Amino acid sequence: MRRIAPFGLRTRLIAAFLLVAAISAVSTAALTYQKARNAILAQSQDMAVSTLRDQLDSKNLRIPMDQETLQALVSEFAKRGKPRPWAVFGEYADLRASSHINPPTSSVVTDELRRQVVSANPHGAFQRVEDASGTPYLTVAMPAVFTHQGKREPTGLVVYAVMPLTTERETVDAMVDAAKQGAVPGLAIAVVPALLAARGVLRPVRHMRRAAERLGRGRLDTRIEVRGADELAGLARTFNETARALEQSVSELQDAEVRARRFASDVSHELRTPLAGMLAVTEVLDEDAERLDPDTAKALRLISAETGKLADLVEDLMEISRFDARAAELNLDDVDIAVAVTKTLERRHWDDGRVTAELPSGVRARLDPRRFDVVLANLVGNALQHGGAPVTVTVTALPGPDGERLLIEVADSGPGIAPEVLPHIFDRFFKADAARTRSAGSGLGLAITLENARLHGGTLYAANGPGGGAVLTLDMPLEADA
Amino acid sequence: MPRVLLIEDDPSIREGVGLGLRRRGHEVSTADTGEAGLALMGGFRPELVLLDLMLPGMNGVQVCHRIRETSEVPIIMLTARGDDFDIVIGLEAGADDYIVKPARTEVIEARIRAVLRRLADPSGVRPEVEHHGELAIDRAGLTVARSGDRIALAPSELKLLLHLSASPEQVFSRQQLLEYVWEHSYHADARLVDACVRRLRHKIEDPDAAPRYIQTVRGFGYRFGPVQGARR
Repeated sequence: MRRIAPFGLRTRLIAAFLLVAAISAVSTAALTYQKARNAILAQSQDMAVSTLRDQLDSKNLRIPMDQETLQALVSEFAKRGKPRPWAVFGEYADLRASSHINPPTSSVVTDELRRQVVSANPHGAFQRVEDASGTPYLTVAMPAVFTHQGKREPTGLVVYAVMPLTTERETVDAMVDAAKQGAVPGLAIAVVPALLAARGVLRPVRHMRRAAERLGRGRLDTRIEVRGADELAGLARTFNETARALEQSVSELQDAEVRARRFASDVSHELRTPLAGMLAVTEVLDEDAERLDPDTAKALRLISAETGKLADLVEDLMEISRFDARAAELNLDDVDIAVAVTKTLERRHWDDGRVTAELPSGVRARLDPRRFDVVLANLVGNALQHGGAPVTVTVTALPGPDGERLLIEVADSGPGIAPEVLPHIFDRFFKADAARTRSAGSGLGLAITLENARLHGGTLYAANGPGGGAVLTLDMPLEADA
Repeated sequence: MPRVLLIEDDPSIREGVGLGLRRRGHEVSTADTGEAGLALMGGFRPELVLLDLMLPGMNGVQVCHRIRETSEVPIIMLTARGDDFDIVIGLEAGADDYIVKPARTEVIEARIRAVLRRLADPSGVRPEVEHHGELAIDRAGLTVARSGDRIALAPSELKLLLHLSASPEQVFSRQQLLEYVWEHSYHADARLVDACVRRLRHKIEDPDAAPRYIQTVRGFGYRFGPVQGARR
């Protein structure tokens, strides 16, 4: 399943792309705005200042002035506003004149501007202000001067021109809007390469993840298509090399295991024929031993007994080899489980009180009778040999999720199995005590028992009972499938 | 003591088994190939054949077929466990029983005795010849005839038929039949029973109809009858 990680590679890549796009859009817009705004404003200012100065310079002023002259002056100036129409105010001593009827003096001409123009700047000054309603104005103050002994002296007349900057503001606002309108789709468009880049990175990463999962499931022939020559392609190449190396070593191991198993099988097979001949004559040895001298008799009986054990061991090895080669077959039949258990105990003469069985009546099972006999005989034999009598065999049939189960518990009265030994008792040739000498069995009994249980679709559990003895449990379907 | 023909290619088994059986009083003749064994059949007239399945040249199954063409002598196959396929083929070819090698002489002899033993009549108060449908079973003469024609039955087939027909309509599980007819342990190979039933049906049943005499009871085993029609 594909999960969308909140802080996954994709999210992070898109966020980074958007951030970069936003920063570049904002900084570009900000710089452009500032430059353009200054350029536009400076152009208007310069033109207004120079126009006013030219007009004032071109006038022959008579000083002192009266109210009428001042009014005529400002009215004339007001008609020639550049770059746009303006309102002109004249101030001379106590006289005030305005190109407009009201007010006689402008509310946007600040004291600061007045001070600048009177004290410091005989060339005039300007200021950008906003009135109470937020409309921007350019105010230009221009003193009328005369030249006296090479110095420009103020005449006392100051002309103020007030020009609204609405057009300039609109131009600048339009630029801001344009920047905004450009930035938003720009950011949206930036998502596309972000997604493409994320895809370009994520697809190989996803392939690699799938490949790693397949590899983990044991599909060692998994390889990734190497595309391009970037870092991801390098990673894919490394992955492939690793997988190839892994496959090779696993296949070498498997080959070695197959060879080892085949060897065990072949050896057992080759041993079987001479053993068959030897086993057929052990009786002759046993019978005639009585008539020979004691040492020879002992030797013959030893050979006879060991031949039997060797034959059992070889048969067990053959049986294990068939399980390993998956050549073991189930020959199923329908049996009454109570009869089957009883017959196994009777056949080995365990029905003499050492083994008690709790059996359900009338329960029929479908199983391989020979293998079932081997399983039960091994479990009970193991309980008698390593645990101790009395041994209790409890058979129950229980409903399970996949049909009825057959549970057979074999509990002994021994000291139980040491916890560290429990996981190993079904291992081949496992000896609980390393120093212990060869036991009666081949050492394969419980391993074969487990394989037989598995062949029936079941399994074996080993545990210690509440009373201290070991409890081995066979759990298999009541009706096995061939 | 019966005359036993041992056909076995491996010299150690041939000599070992031959030695063991002779010590127990059997008259044993041995052959190392199927062809040699067949050649001995006429002159030696064995009462039982011990036949290795894995033979060079003519294999055990072919030998079994050839013997059955002319004789109903008991045949016991010598096999190795794991040769499951061969066991089934051998049983289909007409073998009465099999022994898994390696085996002690006492085991081999027990099998020989079991195959040769006459089935004891459980009741003993029956008419000598019973009629079931078209089948006439002579328990004393150990012969079976179908519509008047005598049918040649191998020992295991005859014993199985006698056992089943002695208690008509009673169901026997395969394991019970293995114990009674083959004298095996309860946990023996049920394929012996199935193969024998197939051979028996082939000889006594109508091939185009469902079995009348040897009927399968699913999940339990086999029973004889009930035979529909006249029972005289």
